[in-house]
Amino acid sequence: MITVSNLTKRYGSVHALGPVDLEIPRGGVTALIGPNGAGKSTMLTIIGRLLSGDSGRVEVGDLDVVTADSRELAKKLAILRQENHFVARLTVRQLVGLGRFPHSRGRMRPDDVEAVDLALEFLDLTPLQDRFLDELSGGQRQRAYVAMVLAQQTDYVLLDEPLNNLDMRHAVTMMRQLRRAADELGRTVVVVVHDVNFAAAYADLVVAMVDGRIAHVGPAREVITPYVLTEVFGTPVDVIEHRDRPVAVYYH
Amino acid sequence: MRSSYRARLIGISVLAILAAVAILFYGNPAPAGSRGYWTIVESRMVSVGTILIVAFCHGVGTVVFHAVTNNRILTPSILGFDALYRVIQTGLVFFFGAGAVAASDGLLKVVVQSVLMVAFATLLYGWLFSGTHASLHVLLLVGVVLGMGFSSLSTFMQRLLTPSEFDILTARLFGHISVSNVAYLPWGALVCVIVGAILWRRRHVLDVVSLGRETAISLGVAYRREVVIALVLVAVLISVSTSLVGPMTFLGFVVALLTYQIVGSSEHTRTLPMAAAVGASTLLIAYFILRHLFYAAGLINVIIELVGGLVFLGYLLRKGLR
Ligand SMILES: Nc1ncnc2c1ncn2[C@@H]1O[C@H](COP(=O)(O)OP(=O)(O)O)[C@@H](O)[C@H]1O
Ligand SMILES: [Mg+2]
Repeated sequence: MITVSNLTKRYGSVHALGPVDLEIPRGGVTALIGPNGAGKSTMLTIIGRLLSGDSGRVEVGDLDVVTADSRELAKKLAILRQENHFVARLTVRQLVGLGRFPHSRGRMRPDDVEAVDLALEFLDLTPLQDRFLDELSGGQRQRAYVAMVLAQQTDYVLLDEPLNNLDMRHAVTMMRQLRRAADELGRTVVVVVHDVNFAAAYADLVVAMVDGRIAHVGPAREVITPYVLTEVFGTPVDVIEHRDRPVAVYYH
Repeated sequence: MRSSYRARLIGISVLAILAAVAILFYGNPAPAGSRGYWTIVESRMVSVGTILIVAFCHGVGTVVFHAVTNNRILTPSILGFDALYRVIQTGLVFFFGAGAVAASDGLLKVVVQSVLMVAFATLLYGWLFSGTHASLHVLLLVGVVLGMGFSSLSTFMQRLLTPSEFDILTARLFGHISVSNVAYLPWGALVCVIVGAILWRRRHVLDVVSLGRETAISLGVAYRREVVIALVLVAVLISVSTSLVGPMTFLGFVVALLTYQIVGSSEHTRTLPMAAAVGASTLLIAYFILRHLFYAAGLINVIIELVGGLVFLGYLLRKGLR
């Protein structure tokens, strides 16, 4: 379980988050939705201990993310940020291999190699594994980052807009795979999605944020409604049914 | 890929060995086998040893520096190292006079100088990294500003020197590969071996650190600590080289650039040995050509800096500052 209590964050004079209280249960897929600047990335980054909150606590499993040993935490919790820039030149396989670092400390054993193979396969990257990252399209690179995070094989996986740059097929595949990671491997997946319909189609729990606060939490069916979405996004949203799932329509 | 890497590493090392042999034995004026012959070979061995140390320090130091600063352009010199070297040299002449400086040549001076430079680096990094919002850009900016400060300080002191003191100082401010200090060589080599071993043990951590702060932390690496350790080790390497032959601003950049081209990927398991090999062969070959074919011994550093500077400019113009 991820427990966020009384968490706040300011950037200088900008109030970005909180106070926020939230419980994300173990297992399953949780989607964070909300307009730009709602504080989704800020909250996710703090939960992933890459940023420190101004006040409040975050516990992942039974570890306090601020005080826990970073190495131990890296075996329990993996996070992919929205932006990833570095000048190091690596192949897809090398990058995904670095995801094993918390376990291997650089010395790859057979189970590390297996985890890398699995993650590559999971994201349809096996044919691209020896290509350099700077020789890939944005979407392919995005998949490589996600594969790296999955190769870490942690109980908790936090992903900030992993569908960025993905075409329809790969976006759907990615969400399916995250669903599979939750169902088959028992992972707890928390994912920020831009498109509410992916939340509607794949998430067990949807958390809607506005202005640094949590506006609504609940199963997809309760949050993906015309009333909630119109309020959260500040634009008229209709919801229709498609194969027993709500679908938001907001193009007019 | 693995085998081609190995072949390249071996090829480049063989080049370095050939160049070293050429330097040792080419055009020896004394009759082969005579006493004078071996004296000359011995003195040339000092040059080869110096070159190996300098190449190692700049090559490996720059690759590590690039990994932890997440850039492939700026080199340690930008952190004010060259400028600090100049200010220390100028300060010595300024405060103690040219005579004292000539007399204090030797291991002690070199050690004091190295300790000063590493201490400066450690203080600077310690201070910069103790704040929560210090970024490497800030570090680099501070380095540039300090470099300018040190340069002005040197210039100021140089104005107050007598012409003869100034002469002696100028002679020291330009590096000489040919006239390094013999007593210091074994120590320099020892430091290189130790620092090299530490870096080699941390090579996987360096891979992770080169992915940037966030990814490194998320992989359980104590990012700030690792960066400071790496930067201090780089400081040690560069100060060893600078104490030996004076500043070499662009050597590290050129060696690192070649290394990346040759290796392809940034894995330190490959770039570290390759940087040492590339550094050694580039510098040995340059030295052989300039010294033994063109008899331009006095110009070696100047020419290397000139070529390196041109490569640097060319790179900037082509790729931009990123
Ligand atoms: N590094 C930063 N410096 C200053 N303000 C920031 C920074 N990052 C985010 N913010 C501000 O904090 C708020 C929340 O941002 P963020 O968490 O990135 O939103 P979201 O991910 O939901 O789009 C926004 O108002 C944004 O402008
Ligand atoms: Mg965001």
